[in-house]
Amino acid sequence: MKKLLWLAWGVCSVMVAGYLGYKMTLDEDKAALLIGDASHGHFQIEMACESCHTDPFGGKEVLQGACVNCHQKELDDAHDSHPKKTFNDPRNADLLKIIDARYCISCHTEHQNEQTHDMGVTVAGDYCYYCHENVGDERPSHEGLAFDSCASAGCHNYHDNKALYESFLVEKSGGQWLKEVSRITKANSAAELVFEPVSPDENRATLITEKTKDHPDIFTHALAITHNKAGMDCGSCHLPPALGASDVSQQSWIDQPGVTECSVCHQKESDGFLASKHGVKLAQGLSAQVGTMVSEHSKLTFSDASQDTLHGCSTCHSSDVFAPSASGTDACLSCHVDEHSTNFEHSPHANIEENLKGSVHSASSEVTCATCHLPRLKEKKKGSDVVYVEHNQNLTLRPNEKMIRTVCMECHNLSFSIDALADESLIKSNFTGKPKAHVPSIDWALERTKEKE
Amino acid sequence: MNKLLKTKSVKFGVAAVVASSALSLSGCGETEAKGIAPELYTDSLFAVMKADRTNYTKYVVKRLGPNGANVIKPDEHWQDIENGTLLPAQMFRAGAEAVAEMTDQFTYSLQSKWPINSQNAPKTPVETEGLEYIAENPGENFYGEETLGDTKYFTAVYPDVAVSSACSSCHNDHKDSPKTDFKVGDVMGGVIIRVPLES
Ligand code: HEC
Repeated sequence: MKKLLWLAWGVCSVMVAGYLGYKMTLDEDKAALLIGDASHGHFQIEMACESCHTDPFGGKEVLQGACVNCHQKELDDAHDSHPKKTFNDPRNADLLKIIDARYCISCHTEHQNEQTHDMGVTVAGDYCYYCHENVGDERPSHEGLAFDSCASAGCHNYHDNKALYESFLVEKSGGQWLKEVSRITKANSAAELVFEPVSPDENRATLITEKTKDHPDIFTHALAITHNKAGMDCGSCHLPPALGASDVSQQSWIDQPGVTECSVCHQKESDGFLASKHGVKLAQGLSAQVGTMVSEHSKLTFSDASQDTLHGCSTCHSSDVFAPSASGTDACLSCHVDEHSTNFEHSPHANIEENLKGSVHSASSEVTCATCHLPRLKEKKKGSDVVYVEHNQNLTLRPNEKMIRTVCMECHNLSFSIDALADESLIKSNFTGKPKAHVPSIDWALERTKEKE
Repeated sequence: MNKLLKTKSVKFGVAAVVASSALSLSGCGETEAKGIAPELYTDSLFAVMKADRTNYTKYVVKRLGPNGANVIKPDEHWQDIENGTLLPAQMFRAGAEAVAEMTDQFTYSLQSKWPINSQNAPKTPVETEGLEYIAENPGENFYGEETLGDTKYFTAVYPDVAVSSACSSCHNDHKDSPKTDFKVGDVMGGVIIRVPLES
């Protein structure tokens, strides 16, 4: 009997090991290995296991490498307030025993969706206290504040405090809530690109004529007009750029150009898109169908009609309508039907031209969803500003104070921006009205400065 | 303390520049496998740090900063300012952080009993004792041993002195400084160097 049991145990072990081994190495469907739902930030790529588990036998360091691989640049740009290097000194050894802040996963543990808070944080909200318990001694204004209130909206963030640090608060403390001229940065610099014409080639020309003969009205479409103005022809997008003119054949024609083709000219936009919630599945080689991009735990709501939509550049930038409101509002609202989104139509932002008529204020352009969520940012290149459209919607959204400097302060002052973004009901109404509560951080910062003088 | 330091760094020659200059000071060859006196090792490291720190303050911050050509701005938030540059203390820490990425054979930091940044206040008993000792005994260094986490360290504390009025006036005027009467020549804080000891 005993022997039989041993045998059964042996057979079972071999079977389990074999099954797991097969799943881990050969099988493409790894769903059975998921130890729990991934966080809202990562669930879209939870089936692309290797994007984080780059080595099946890796531990902390391997995972850290994966985090850094996707997120380090963002942290650097945010002037991360708590970079890993801060914690290497052994004088922090006792603190690291409580939370090992050198590793992302200490606070952002994956596959624990049920205990994941906003920003993918999986530790209790009083994490600041362990190192900053004495803050009340230095700043009487902070005395008696709740231990878990440090990261409250408008006060502090663990990583990104670019719009919240004390001397910035002091420097930007003044100003009217609405600036006289609300400036919206001009269109992106790709518009200034001039395409180098491909040398005339009979093969290529014949192929283009043949492929486009059923679309005689193509140059009435905005997308084609715009690209044509830059010196492009149909082949610029529909024939892979890597091909030399004489290499073209029937097979090389691309019916629906995608991110790869667009990225030739719109590099920054494509990079941002692939890093965003809209493109991360594509970046990992997964199918980006809207229905599969939405977590059952998501706080947002999406239209039923959009579920089968495939995500790519042309989902929002369709070839026939090219106005900002088309790609920057209509496209968004065809999927997003949460309260904030559906309220946009009646919001002061949507009706800005109407609202500012007859006032001292003026706006330089219409406001769309994209104005705030996919903002036009500037980058210095060889001494001059290059404008690009940041297509990573997360970069200015989580936490939302990231939007203050990149977006809100183009038109509003700091104080109003902080208050507005801290008011959840105002966000829901899409900023119809004024903030109800006031975050006192600027007042406190000014007070401390005055005391010292 | 007259025992000899047997750290991996000396044995394996990591921190090569400092270690080799230190070895030559002690007469390389004579001591052979015996290692190097811990004070000599950290004293040598400190000499390099102090030279770099003074030179940065003198040749960069003072020469090009607001009191000189006024083309760079030393500021805590230097990354956020056009022409911003690191404060001397931040430059020092940037060095310490870069060293920590390269080796774990020694670490160092700048601290004070009267810190602007409260994270620079002494944390361990040896830090407290060391900072007090160097403040009360100008010109002297402090050496001790302590265990942090599971590792034993040789810990040396060196005075950080207000070498110019730029040091004392900036600290005195800073809204986070708990002490407002620093004078040139005062010990403002200390450089702490730690070397993990073989267990
Ligand atoms: C322009 C202002 C400024 C100047 C000049 C300056 N410091 Fe500092 N110092 C600071 C600030 C700010 C910190 C805190 C930096 C941090 O850790 O974030 C600091 C940190 C320190 C510390 C660590 C303890 C603490 O206060 O946080 C010491 C010690 C120190 N400085 C000494 C000096 C000496 C010596 C000089 C001259 C060689 C000097 N400082 C020059 C502003 C200045």
